[in-house]
Amino acid sequence: MLGNIHQAFLGIWHHKLRSFLTMLGIIIGIAAIITIVSTIKGTNDQIKENLIGSGNNVVVVSLHQGDYQMDLSEGQNLADVSVITEETRQRLEELDGVVAVALFRQRQWNAQVYYRGTEYNGYTYGIDEHYFPVYGYHLCYGRDFQPEDRDENRKVAVLDAQAVSSIFPGENAVGKTLEIKGEPFTVIGVVERSSKFRPVIESMQDYYMYADDSSGSVFLTEQGWEIAFGYDEPQNAAVKAESTDAMTTAGKSVADHLSAKQIRNSKENNLSYKSEDLLQQAEQLQTMSDSTNKLLIWIAAISLLVGGIGVMNIMLVSVSERTHEIGLKKALGAKRRRILGQFLTEASVLTSLGGLLGILGGIGLAKLLSKAMDTPTAISVPAIIVAAAFSIMIGLIFGLLPATKAARMNPIDALRRD
Amino acid sequence: MILKMDNICKSYFRGKNEVPVLHDICLSVEKGDYLAIMGPSGSGKTTLMNILGCLDKPSSGVYRLEGENVAAKKDNALAELRNKYIGFVFQSFYLMPSMSALDNVALPLMYAGVPKKERLERAREALRGVGLAERMKFLPNQLSGGQCQRVAIARAMAGRPALLLADEPTGALDTASGEQIMDLFDEINARGSTIIMITHEPAIAARAKTVCHIRDGRLSVPGEEVR
Repeated sequence: MLGNIHQAFLGIWHHKLRSFLTMLGIIIGIAAIITIVSTIKGTNDQIKENLIGSGNNVVVVSLHQGDYQMDLSEGQNLADVSVITEETRQRLEELDGVVAVALFRQRQWNAQVYYRGTEYNGYTYGIDEHYFPVYGYHLCYGRDFQPEDRDENRKVAVLDAQAVSSIFPGENAVGKTLEIKGEPFTVIGVVERSSKFRPVIESMQDYYMYADDSSGSVFLTEQGWEIAFGYDEPQNAAVKAESTDAMTTAGKSVADHLSAKQIRNSKENNLSYKSEDLLQQAEQLQTMSDSTNKLLIWIAAISLLVGGIGVMNIMLVSVSERTHEIGLKKALGAKRRRILGQFLTEASVLTSLGGLLGILGGIGLAKLLSKAMDTPTAISVPAIIVAAAFSIMIGLIFGLLPATKAARMNPIDALRRD
Repeated sequence: MILKMDNICKSYFRGKNEVPVLHDICLSVEKGDYLAIMGPSGSGKTTLMNILGCLDKPSSGVYRLEGENVAAKKDNALAELRNKYIGFVFQSFYLMPSMSALDNVALPLMYAGVPKKERLERAREALRGVGLAERMKFLPNQLSGGQCQRVAIARAMAGRPALLLADEPTGALDTASGEQIMDLFDEINARGSTIIMITHEPAIAARAKTVCHIRDGRLSVPGEEVR
C-alpha cells in the first residue's frame, strides 16, 4: 500500500504537466465548493449573530392572543392579565437556563413622541433597572436613570444613538425636552449597544427586521411610562439565557411560567405569554440564503464529475502506456487485486492531490472574496473533511474502470504488444 | 520430475476458423535438465513457451508442473504458480525502468509475500550470484544490456524456482555479452537448477544438454520417436 502510494507520487511527478491538467477539474470543483460553503457559513453565522445579538442571548417573552402578538398600542388594559411583580421577576430568574430577566413595555406605533412638532417613529420603551444590563447597553454621555428618577416619578428619557440622530440631527440631545403623549420628558443621557448590528441579506423580511433598529429607541422609566401611557399595561420580559442554545428553552419556560401565573380565564380570552424564537427565525433566514447557494453547489458538483471523467481518461491512457509493465508484473506473479490496487491508488492519489490543492485554493478564494466584496466568509472544517473524502472517492470511482481493465489484462498480450 | 506434458494441443480461433498451433506435444523434464527448444519463427515455439510458463492454457492435453494440473487453474491461481515455480528471462529483459536493480530483483518476492527485510536480503544474494554486487542501486538505464539481462536472471532466480524459462535470452545482446550470459546459465545449471531455453540460434542451443526441435507445431525430442 505504502509502496503503491510512493509509486503513484513518482508517476504523477514524472508526468507533472499531464497530472496537473488532469487534476484541474477536481481542483476547480473542490475550490468552488469550499468557497461557496465558506460564504454560506459566513452569511449564516452573521445572520445568527445579528439576530441573536452577538452573545447577549436575549429572548423576548410577550403577550400573545392565539398566535399573534397582542397589540397594546391603543393603551387598553387587560383585566385578565395582571402586572408582573418584582417577586415574580425574581422567581423567573431562578428558572433553568435563565440568567436575568428585565421587564419592559414598548410602542412602535402611536407613541406620540414629538420634538418641536415633528413626530418620532421609532420604538419607545418603558423599562426597569434590569433592562440595560440584560441587553448590554452602556452609557455614551449624559447620565443613566437613577433610583431617584424612579422613586420621584421624574419625567426623564434616555435615547440611543439612532434616536438621537433621527430626532436631534447635529444637536446635543442631553437637556432637550421631548413631548410624549402630551407630557414633557427631559433627555438625560444617550446609550449604545455593545455589539454593532450590520444587516446582510436584502429581502423585505430582513428590512423589516432591521428597520426598527435604524430609527432608534427612546427609553423611559417604568414610572415615566405609566404617566404617559397609563398604568397596568402588561409587560414583556427580556430573558437573558445562559447560552445561545439555552435561549429557546429558557424563553419557553419563562413564557409558560408567566402564562400560568399572570393570566386568568385563558381558555376564553385565548391569551398567553410566548417567546419569540430567534434561533428559529435565524434558521428560516439561513434556509432562504442556503437555497440559492445549493444551486451553486450542484454546478460545482458537475465540474467535479467532468474532472472525474478526465481522471478516468488519463488513467486509461496510463494503463495502455504501461501494458508492458502490467504484463511483466502479472508474469512475475502479481494477482489481479495487486494491479487493481496499484491503479486505484494512483487515481485516488491524483484526485486527492487535486482535492488538497482545491481546498487550499478554495480557502484562498473565500478569503479574497470576503476582502474584495466585503461579504463574510467562515471556513467550514466539516466541509473540508467532506471535500477531502469526496476527492479520494472520485479517484476510486473513476479509477475503477481503468484499473479493472489493467487487472484483467492477459499477460501474453500485454507482454507481446509493442 | 518437474514437469510433464501429455498430448498438449493448442489452437487459436481466427474468426470462426480454428487455427492449430501445437499438435500433441509430449515432454517431460527432470530436475537438473538443461533443454533448448529450437525452431524457426511461426513454428509454435512461443506458444509452447507460454504454456510451459503458465501464461497460457492448452486447448487439450494434460500439463503437470510440480504435480499441479495447470489446465484447471484460473487467472489468479496461474499467477501464483508462475510466482512459485517459474523464473522468466525475456529477450528484452523487461526490467521496471523506475526501480533499482535490487528492487527489480525483489519484485517477485513481494508478490510471494516475503517480508521486506528478507526479500531485500535474498535479492542481494541473487545479484551477487550473477556478479552484480557492485551495481545493486543502479537503475536499468545505467546498466549495459548484458548487465540488464543478468539482473533479469537474478530476478528469475531470487524466488528459487523449479524451472528457469528463457526466451531468446541472448537475442538482444552482442556476442560477447551473450557468451557471458550463456556461461551464467551453465553455472546455474551446474548448481542444480532446471533450465528450458527457447532460441533459434544453433550455437546457443548447442550449449544445452538436450536440444529439441519444433516445426509446424510438432516437437521432436532426441531419443524419442518423432511423432
